Amino acid sequence: MSSLAHKARQPRDEAIIIAGERVVCDRRGVLFAPELELLVVSDLHLEKGSSYARRGALLPPYDTATTLQHLAAVIDHYRPRRVISLGDSFHDGEGAARLPDIFRNALEALMTGRDWFWVAGNHDPQAPAGLPGDTVGEIHVGGLSFRHEPSATPVEGEIAGHLHPCARIVQRGRSVRRRCFASDGSRIVMPAFGAYTGSLNVLDRAYQGLFDWEKFRAYMLGSHRIFSIAGAMLHPG
Amino acid sequence: MNDQSRPEPSEQSAILPEPFLKWFAGRGWSPRAHQLDLLSRAQAGKSVLLIAPTGAGKTLAGFLPTLVDLANTPKRRPGQARRGTHTLYISPLKALAVDIERNLGKPVAEIGLPITMETRTGDTPAHKRQRQKLVPPDILMTTPEQLALLIASPDAPRFFEDLRYIVLDELHSLVTSKRGHLLSLGLARLRRFVPDLQAIGLSATVSDPDELRRWLVGQNPPGDMADLIEVAGGAKPEISILNSEERVPWAGHSARYAIPEIYEAIRRHKTTLLFVNTRSQAEFLFQELWRANDDNLPIALHHGSLDVSQRRRVEKAMETNSLRAIVATSTLDLGIDWGDVDLVVHVGAPKGASRLAQRIGRSNHRMDEPSQAILIPANRFEVLECRAALEANYLGAQDTPPLVEGALDVLCQHVLGCACGAPFRADDLFEEVRTAAPYAVLDRHTFDRVVDFVATGGYALKSYERYARIKLTKDGTWRISHPRVAQQYRLNVGTIIEVPSLTVRYVREGRGLAARGGPALGKIEEAFLETLVPGDTFLFSGKVLRFEGIRENECFVSNAPGKDAKVPYYGGGKFPLSTYLAEVVRAMLADPDRWKQLPDQVADWLRLQSEKSILPKRTDLLIETFPRGGRHYMVAYPFEGRPAHQTLGMLLTRRLERAGARPLGFVATDYALAIWSLGDMGRMFRRELPLGQLFDEDMLGDDLDAWLGDSWMLKRTFRNCALISGLIEKRHPGQEKSGRQVNVSADLIYDVLRSHEPDHILLQATRADAAMGLLDVRRLGEMLSRIRGRIVHKPLEQISPLAVPIMLEIGKESVRGDADDTLLLEAEGIIEEAMGPQ
Repeated sequence: MSSLAHKARQPRDEAIIIAGERVVCDRRGVLFAPELELLVVSDLHLEKGSSYARRGALLPPYDTATTLQHLAAVIDHYRPRRVISLGDSFHDGEGAARLPDIFRNALEALMTGRDWFWVAGNHDPQAPAGLPGDTVGEIHVGGLSFRHEPSATPVEGEIAGHLHPCARIVQRGRSVRRRCFASDGSRIVMPAFGAYTGSLNVLDRAYQGLFDWEKFRAYMLGSHRIFSIAGAMLHPG
Repeated sequence: MNDQSRPEPSEQSAILPEPFLKWFAGRGWSPRAHQLDLLSRAQAGKSVLLIAPTGAGKTLAGFLPTLVDLANTPKRRPGQARRGTHTLYISPLKALAVDIERNLGKPVAEIGLPITMETRTGDTPAHKRQRQKLVPPDILMTTPEQLALLIASPDAPRFFEDLRYIVLDELHSLVTSKRGHLLSLGLARLRRFVPDLQAIGLSATVSDPDELRRWLVGQNPPGDMADLIEVAGGAKPEISILNSEERVPWAGHSARYAIPEIYEAIRRHKTTLLFVNTRSQAEFLFQELWRANDDNLPIALHHGSLDVSQRRRVEKAMETNSLRAIVATSTLDLGIDWGDVDLVVHVGAPKGASRLAQRIGRSNHRMDEPSQAILIPANRFEVLECRAALEANYLGAQDTPPLVEGALDVLCQHVLGCACGAPFRADDLFEEVRTAAPYAVLDRHTFDRVVDFVATGGYALKSYERYARIKLTKDGTWRISHPRVAQQYRLNVGTIIEVPSLTVRYVREGRGLAARGGPALGKIEEAFLETLVPGDTFLFSGKVLRFEGIRENECFVSNAPGKDAKVPYYGGGKFPLSTYLAEVVRAMLADPDRWKQLPDQVADWLRLQSEKSILPKRTDLLIETFPRGGRHYMVAYPFEGRPAHQTLGMLLTRRLERAGARPLGFVATDYALAIWSLGDMGRMFRRELPLGQLFDEDMLGDDLDAWLGDSWMLKRTFRNCALISGLIEKRHPGQEKSGRQVNVSADLIYDVLRSHEPDHILLQATRADAAMGLLDVRRLGEMLSRIRGRIVHKPLEQISPLAVPIMLEIGKESVRGDADDTLLLEAEGIIEEAMGPQ
């Protein structure tokens, strides 16, 4: 194994300071603020499979199970006191009602013993049916503010989701595309966490005006670590 | 020639009606024996396979039973019910259907037959299709996809009630793909509508005609076969291998060295057809020929990615004999009318004996004149391969691949199609499906799983019952649950999966993406375009183009005349070396007497190899090891084709890694495999890691499964299966890419399904596909068992002559695999380097 390949496999997450708060961009796609004992996860899109099935596309009904397994792993790792699910937690308004019992139980087990906030998203504007936790439009913790859709103008300390950012590099004639945290050091747009969620390149016009491009970095999710890539290295598409 | 019951000339009048005899006589022709033979067998109620070379009057033979039968049918009286379609003609190409309509129209008009003929393809306007259903033509010329759509319609039994014949053209090329599987199921359905339907297959020479004979008729009882009529090839083609004055390169595929000689050959002939194996070779050859084209000869380019209008222009020019040469990738890409081709040049090795024969068959449409062909090997191994192909051609050897079992994703599509047509009973449909030759050994359990998949996705977690697409009703039949299901089916029918590709459009240089696009040049795969940055130049459509950027689903380019194309358009061989040719090449290497037939420089190369290393015996596998530049190399020469070598390389590196050899990478060609490592493999092979153990067949077990799971090849295969089976929908024109974050990608579905239900029927179909196609596991397995106890290890102090070609490939091609993260690390590092630590 070459040293480069070896290095690429060393686990590493990326800590950055946003509005004076230290947050860790975790390679599994969650954000953790150690001082606040706060874990943030965005765009779970639970029950997306069954949402498609209603319209005749019978995707494997295991997306919720997969997403919850991944979530359980990071919660087990950080054992946060608070969790924020940053909107689009369910793929549609009836998603929570469709949630099979075994997943409902698994989710409730994860919520037990900690504060849990459901931020309303465009896919799930209402509180999830029959589940504990507080549903909020947005929430402020420490110097950070959390909302589903990023504000159109720069806001110091804003953590948002909604856009499902990914980034692409081209190296040696090959292209690598990964989900990423998008940040200019002032705000963060988080990657989507759900098993069936697609992604949108950070160079797309949907991101226009959100970031100070000079300071922009994409924190791309590798299999074993985060890769911090400067804006100049990125490609559209 | 099949020698039984060939009709005597005196019998002719008995089967051929008067107007036909007159027509033949009027042109100074007489009907050919195989044409009459086919007619009499068809009239006796048989299905027939006709194997004949190009120019043997195959098309007329195939339609003669139809024409005679229709000529003998009394005219419809006013008030009498309109008769339905009498004969279906199926071809792999829209263009072919159109062409046949034109060609057959001539004799029909001249004989004065009151026969209507129409085509029905994806391009046929909706109002015409509608009219065809009400007023069906006597002969309907169509494609496998259109047939699938016709039989999935509720009025299909009525539409086909008068059907008597189905003529299947280019059968040898149809049967090898999933399209062929879909067509075989369609044929089985037609036989249910019309039990005494007769099939007439037209084919080029194949290695096992019986496979096609079974394919044509219902396998009830199993093993039933159509009659066979074989027309021996006409004059043997005159094939030569270019014996160049120039040095034949060690490696590469460009054949640049031979350009002056190829150009000379073009000048000496009326019309030359130049075949290459890949599109990139076509572009390159075209470009180089024009560089050499001092006489300004009309030389054209033709391949499947070019814009349709451009292809049609070239084909038109071809028909009118106004071209001197045409560079093409495959016989099927090309339109139909060949004009007066008097020379075929094959640049690069033909990879298979049958492929070569079919391509050469394209010159000289008259059977009795020998075709002329020149083979141009692009490198030294190809010299051996060309020699093998040439010998095989003289022997008439055929190496078309054996047919494979019917794919399950295709069956899923067909089952849904059947339900869209009419409710079905599982028992009946199972019996029907098994009459199709590719599905003759399908077991009931698998069939039931397919039905289950069509209904609810076939998941162990039964949570989709209420969303079922088809439902079992009280009367024991399966029915679609909603008309929407049939609409979705119609939009997704077919097995041709387009690789995601973008339209290439001209803009003026430097205007960038703000400019309005000019004319379209054709389509290029997204995967290639993604590797370009603005300013990169590449060859396409016979021009050097500058990449300007991508906007939505279009790629903008500008002209970059006079510049060199910087980025090579990926051009690995499309087809692997056939098993048969590999065998001949191995035999040639082992037998110094045969080197006399090779050019001196190649014979010298082999002689040098036998001095510095050894040449393997025909049945042995040679493995050389040597150190070089601080690394240790191992080169194996299995000659099993690139896909099988690629798979072998992946599996061996895993094993070597476990054994502590610290492998760094590998590269595979059609002929050899090279692996390099930090550890001294040569020493290890003599001690703790005997080669017999390293190459043990058990690598196809757990190692293969473990590696396969994460392989991008399997994901790509899964995507195709998911599309064909109807799990996900095809992307239709107009659905823009901006919806990316909303769509579910096949890769994500694959990951989820694999971790929760690894035995799901679609994953089973995916693995079966990959094993046959991209991975060629079957061939690898055969090789591993062949070389057991026959591995010869030759430790060397330095690289051997035979190893030079593959060593030159190192660095040219990267193996896509787990290295993605390493690239990210590099991207991270490059900025670090430029800007210093932050």
